[in-house]
Amino acid sequence: MKEVTISELERRFQEKIDNDIKIEPKDWMPEEYRQTLIRQISQHAHSEIVGMLPEGNWITRAPNLRRKAVLLAKVQDEAGHGLYLYSAVETLGADREATIDDLHTGKAKYSSIFNYPTTSWADMGTIGWLVDGAAIMNQVPICRCSYGPYARAMVRVCKEESFHQRQGFEIISLLAQGTPEQKAMAQDSLNRFWWPSLMMFGPNDAESKHTAQSMKWKIKRSTNDELRQLFIDVTVPQAEMIGLTIPDKDLKFNEETGHYESGPINWDEFWEVVKGNGPCNKERVDARKKAKDEGAWVREAAMAYAEKRKERSAIRA
Amino acid sequence: MEKNTDLFEYVLRMGDDSLILGHRISEWCGHGPILEEDIALTNMSLDLIGQATNLLEYAGELEGKGRDGDALAFLRYDREYKNLLLVEQTNGDFGKTIMRQFFFDAYRKLLFERLIKSTDIQLSAIADKSLKETKYHLKHTSEWVIRLGDGTEESHNRIQESLDALWKYTAELFFANEVDSKLLAAGIIPSMEGLQEDWNEIVSSVLEEATLTIPTNNWKQEGGRIGRHTEHLGLLLAEMQYMQRAYPNMKW
Repeated sequence: MKEVTISELERRFQEKIDNDIKIEPKDWMPEEYRQTLIRQISQHAHSEIVGMLPEGNWITRAPNLRRKAVLLAKVQDEAGHGLYLYSAVETLGADREATIDDLHTGKAKYSSIFNYPTTSWADMGTIGWLVDGAAIMNQVPICRCSYGPYARAMVRVCKEESFHQRQGFEIISLLAQGTPEQKAMAQDSLNRFWWPSLMMFGPNDAESKHTAQSMKWKIKRSTNDELRQLFIDVTVPQAEMIGLTIPDKDLKFNEETGHYESGPINWDEFWEVVKGNGPCNKERVDARKKAKDEGAWVREAAMAYAEKRKERSAIRA
Repeated sequence: MEKNTDLFEYVLRMGDDSLILGHRISEWCGHGPILEEDIALTNMSLDLIGQATNLLEYAGELEGKGRDGDALAFLRYDREYKNLLLVEQTNGDFGKTIMRQFFFDAYRKLLFERLIKSTDIQLSAIADKSLKETKYHLKHTSEWVIRLGDGTEESHNRIQESLDALWKYTAELFFANEVDSKLLAAGIIPSMEGLQEDWNEIVSSVLEEATLTIPTNNWKQEGGRIGRHTEHLGLLLAEMQYMQRAYPNMKW
């Protein structure tokens, strides 16, 4: 067989990408593409799993049986998303437990939004409405990502996220139209989550170190600023519709461009939270570590039992 | 009206069992020992909360005082809850949660199998739907009891300790008083004869395979069915009822 040079492999790889042909696990891919995907998909998986915690915080205090069931189902969906995403990471040859260890040592990041506390029931609405809303904006383009397993996982994830977004909006609209206490709770929640939600799209394009290469590889299909603008344009009228005020005194609609213009984002806060100085970074990672550490004996028992069964059936056979 | 009062009490007990245990397992969500098991525990919790909703809604109808499922779930005092002491016990480690659930699932499966034959159509329908879920739960918890019992030395010791601690609450599974006898006499619920024996059979066969030992101390702790609870229920209710108590009469 003829020896194929690396540059030829790279050319064929990029040609597939340019022609929108999906890259599959067994296909040749540049090492950097593989590493970028491992980093991005495992961080996405970690975000799903860490993201269970702020909402999990309210499961035992949900105000009625229906809300309790819906919230449980929603948080369980996030666990399911984590599971497909870890599986997608494994198709790239990475080890699920090793990527989880990276989360626990702080080497791997997750979405910074989950480092903010959920202090009221209204936050269950706001998280669905804004956080899942922003996640959908980020994830819909990933359904067309060049890596097959990631793109396919995202199709299912996005369907569930859009359901989450609607249930969140339903919670918050009900509060916004409720008693004065409920309205105040809803507005307070929006005040706390608005800016961190805008930060979910990542740094401005000029500051984003991964964007250019990821766009070329079609891992990323839109820039951070494009998606953030889309989110603002969709969300501001929703807030107006239910009578809540976006906490941005500079926010205005530009008739010429047809877009909303917002005030400056506090990027110092963003980077501090990314570095680990957010209000709940330590609690979130500690909770995950605790689950892993306290579950060690259970996993060991399951392995030991499986081993014993194998031995016993070998003896019988 | 006599029929409804007794049936109300009877349905309420089952609704409270599902509610309190569903709440307890929901505390695991996001903290399970393995992601797959986190999902499985949440599934069981969802099934139980679903059963609680069906049962408490029906209890509200039987009572006929305008209380719905939510009013019964969130706005009663501790002495008015009729759940088993077993289900309000704290989660402890994963093994304790599994052992508690296993005892309960074995009982619930046998109970629902009988209640399908209830002449009360609604009760029979709820039992039928819940039985399907309960069979899965029992399969799942039986497998885990065996895995942990016959796993490592540590897992064996841990789950044996949970078995020892929870055993005294299992007698209450077979509690019966005049409510039961009146419903039986009226032909509304079928005979529960053999339920305890069947339960003993399921439990001892799983525990034997798990290499675990049933405690010889047969001290029985009861009270939940007549509203006399352990200290754990009050704390659970404080958390569960928080929103309804802090913000009364609001829609969520």
